[in-house]
Amino acid sequence: MALLEVRDLSISFPGGSGRGSALSKAVDGVSFDVEAGQVAGLVGESGSGKSVTSLAVMGLLPHTARVSGSASFDGRDLLAVPERELEGVRGREVAMVFQDPMTSLNPVVTVGTQITEVLRRHTGASRRAARDEAGELLARVGIPAPVRRLREYPHQLSGGMRQRAMIAIALACSPKLLIADEPTTALDVTIQAQVLELMGDLVRERGTAMLLITHDLGVVAGLCDTVTVMYSGRVVERADRHELFARPRHRYTSGLLASVPRLDAPRGQRLQPIPGTPRDVIGWDAGCAFAPRCSAADDACRGTELPLVSDGARDRHLLRCAHPVPDQHDQHDQHDQHDQHDQQERSA
Amino acid sequence: MTQVSDALGPAAPTTPDPDAVGSGGLWHSAWRRLRRNPAAIAGAAIVALFLLVAVFAPLIAPGQPGVPLPNSGVTPSSVPGPSPGHPLGLDSPGTDLLTQLVYGARQSLLIGVVSTALGLAGGAVLGVLAGGLGGWVDVVVMRVVDILLSIPSLLLAVSVAAVLGQRPVSVMIAIAVAQVPIFARLLRGSMLAQRGSDYVLAVHSLGVRRRTVVMSHLLPNSLGPVIVQATLTLATAIIEVAALSYLGLGDSNPSTAEWGRMLVNAQSRLSTDPHLALWPGFCIAVTALGFTLFGEALREALDPKGRK
Amino acid sequence: MLSFVVRRLLLLVPVLAGLVVLLFAWLRALPGDPARALLGQRATPASIAQVNAAYGFDQPLPVQFVTYVGKLLRGDLGSSSATGQPVLQSFLDRFPATIELALAALVFAVALGVPLGYAAARRAGGALDSLLVGGSLLGVTIPVFFLAYLLKIVFSQWLPLLPTSGRQDPRIDATHVTGFFVLDGLLTREWDASLDALVHLVLPGIALGTIPLAIIVRITRASVLEVLGEDHVRTARAKGLPRGLVSRRHVLRNALLPVVTTIGLQTGLLFSGAVLTESVFAINGIGSYLFQAISQLDYAVLQGFILFIALTYALVNLVVDLLYGVIDPRVRLS
Repeated sequence: MALLEVRDLSISFPGGSGRGSALSKAVDGVSFDVEAGQVAGLVGESGSGKSVTSLAVMGLLPHTARVSGSASFDGRDLLAVPERELEGVRGREVAMVFQDPMTSLNPVVTVGTQITEVLRRHTGASRRAARDEAGELLARVGIPAPVRRLREYPHQLSGGMRQRAMIAIALACSPKLLIADEPTTALDVTIQAQVLELMGDLVRERGTAMLLITHDLGVVAGLCDTVTVMYSGRVVERADRHELFARPRHRYTSGLLASVPRLDAPRGQRLQPIPGTPRDVIGWDAGCAFAPRCSAADDACRGTELPLVSDGARDRHLLRCAHPVPDQHDQHDQHDQHDQHDQQERSA
Repeated sequence: MTQVSDALGPAAPTTPDPDAVGSGGLWHSAWRRLRRNPAAIAGAAIVALFLLVAVFAPLIAPGQPGVPLPNSGVTPSSVPGPSPGHPLGLDSPGTDLLTQLVYGARQSLLIGVVSTALGLAGGAVLGVLAGGLGGWVDVVVMRVVDILLSIPSLLLAVSVAAVLGQRPVSVMIAIAVAQVPIFARLLRGSMLAQRGSDYVLAVHSLGVRRRTVVMSHLLPNSLGPVIVQATLTLATAIIEVAALSYLGLGDSNPSTAEWGRMLVNAQSRLSTDPHLALWPGFCIAVTALGFTLFGEALREALDPKGRK
Repeated sequence: MLSFVVRRLLLLVPVLAGLVVLLFAWLRALPGDPARALLGQRATPASIAQVNAAYGFDQPLPVQFVTYVGKLLRGDLGSSSATGQPVLQSFLDRFPATIELALAALVFAVALGVPLGYAAARRAGGALDSLLVGGSLLGVTIPVFFLAYLLKIVFSQWLPLLPTSGRQDPRIDATHVTGFFVLDGLLTREWDASLDALVHLVLPGIALGTIPLAIIVRITRASVLEVLGEDHVRTARAKGLPRGLVSRRHVLRNALLPVVTTIGLQTGLLFSGAVLTESVFAINGIGSYLFQAISQLDYAVLQGFILFIALTYALVNLVVDLLYGVIDPRVRLS
């Protein structure tokens, strides 16, 4: 049994444009696992529902959100336990690192207090012991002069330093699972790699499992063991990292890969953007939501609901597509040409 | 009558006509959101009722204001209660209470609107000078505004009323002076915000003269907050008229009905006839509430952040 | 910190100088000649000549101005035209009563306003919230003296539980040390005197404190709503902190910053409200002193009062700024 098993998770919010009972779905029937000690990637564009999924697991969605399904962590369904019990899980067993370190720390509370309060809450450490521990944590995440930093306020730290402090807070109680929601997106490019490397080292040395949420396949490539790709609130493809990068089957995944610059790509090859924009509202009722942007879409994609099924011989590779990318490495190029051809048509 | 409706013209805040203002989109959506806001409707209803009573006072009131009735029956210890011709009974000077209340609305409206218009005009001159010209003009004007703001508005009004003597006009000017710094700061801030914006840069780069930019571009776009503030200021003005009366600086002519003076007159009869204080006090509070509700709703409706 | 205070005090100088110029111009603009305006009913040819000589009103304007400023700098605010008492001394005698009242009003407003504003924000859109938002609008628009009347009517006629006039029961033989009656009772261990003074403050405090209360409810509500939507509150919850700690340390602490500024800005409102409240409840503070002065057109008192209030306003806001620097680490005082 996996450490975290999310099953059939659906989330909707009241409102949208209409009034009254209209609900807009943000996540629809999402399932995935995070194995103990492994790093699972959750990939998708903004609006694909990946952040909302993580907040649901933490029980941090606003009260207005309607959540169904289950998220079983260590045998307990986090979606079903009462708030009081959930408080004991948060920070101690499941911890979270958020996207924007500028706003995710309280500006009027010292860095030290923001670390020690989680230690004191969950480990019952004395003020003094928590203080010492906090200093060591800051040192471990690579913040120089940690003891002095404890007395400082977030605005006295740089963005990278703040995200390191966030990581120290999240790992303070040695949680079994760390959820990182776009942990490097708000940082300078030069800092991103350092912070990612730090996170990778920390989870590996502590045996912590990590759910890494990102829109950046480059981040996934460096860290993740498995990858789940979401589009418009649903999982469209799931596979082990090597499998996914070598043989992306969903047109969306292959499109994403084609849009990432690669060092091993032939010189002069152009990046392939995915045409169109992701849709805000889920459009799965009338078939594949990606169809409007997909070059291979035809009537088979529209009208019928497509299931998430394993991809033939490889039962660890799941896929939701009527016309997957052909499963042959040499045909990958054909697909590219097909795309190029399609674009030429479009621009003509 | 003509005087009242003339005074109503420039600052009447009830229906911002989208065509008159020019920038249709903003006002149109603001109008739509106003209609959906119950607080706005309640405020508008109170304001409309108040305006109707003020304008049609002669038709509504059973008698003439400020005319004590012969054989009124007012004694030092009691006033006559409700009777067929006098639904609310008599006032302490022996006048019909309802008549005084109805004509009091007219007086509040007149003083409120005139003083707000004056305050707005004064504040507009200072604010546009400071915000439009900048530099040392800005510094000097804003220092003066700061000084005026550090004096509570009621005391500022008292000081001005002391200089001008106890005439109706001096009450209006006194209240207006106390409002000048508020409008000046508002307009300056609003104009500074506009000055840095791209469209003004664009107009400037087309070689349009500075005066033209200020008058035809900056001013119209600062209008929203000014109208909101004017509505809220009307509420303050109505309260301050009463407060000045209470302090003995109001219009002392007994033939004009004024809510604040009615309150003062009621003071000596507080223990025997509290209703003499309750009625005018209620009128002041409700009218001020109406303008405040409407002004706040207008602010919300015009706030771009609030729009979805 | 020290240099910040000095710098802020220096910034006060031009504002006060401007105020003095305005007041001088105001004095000259009063009807009649300034000596007559200052003397009022006590004006006799001899006393007018005396004031003209003392203030140099018979000399050229610039000289007059210098003399005027010189007097102010020595603390000479003139003397009341009604009583002949020096204005400054009268102020100092009556100031404790007004400060006591203003503090009572502030305590009422803050102690009630912050929790109510917080509760409204926590249940934004609910029945309690609508009630409080509506109530706070009514609180802002109700005239102070009308509210004072209402309280007086209710508590003197129908519900005689609380005293409606004066600062202390005259039958109590209290020793007065500082002029702050509540404090005096504590200092001299005359507990009943202290308690009686406190009870006398309840109704005037409510009358004067209602507008600040309404403003604080509104500011707290808006501020808490804003903080609740901030990322760091989500972080605090993600740490598994109990609800109470999240509210105290991560919501209220941040949300109270604008409230502190608001309290400083209430100073002017409290003083002008005191003029009305003190006269209704027969409290012998600077407010009722000014009330009498206005009805007698006692310009010297009015002039002194304005100067006094502007100075107090500036000093209170300086203290608020200092306080702000202490509670908000992002504002560093250097």
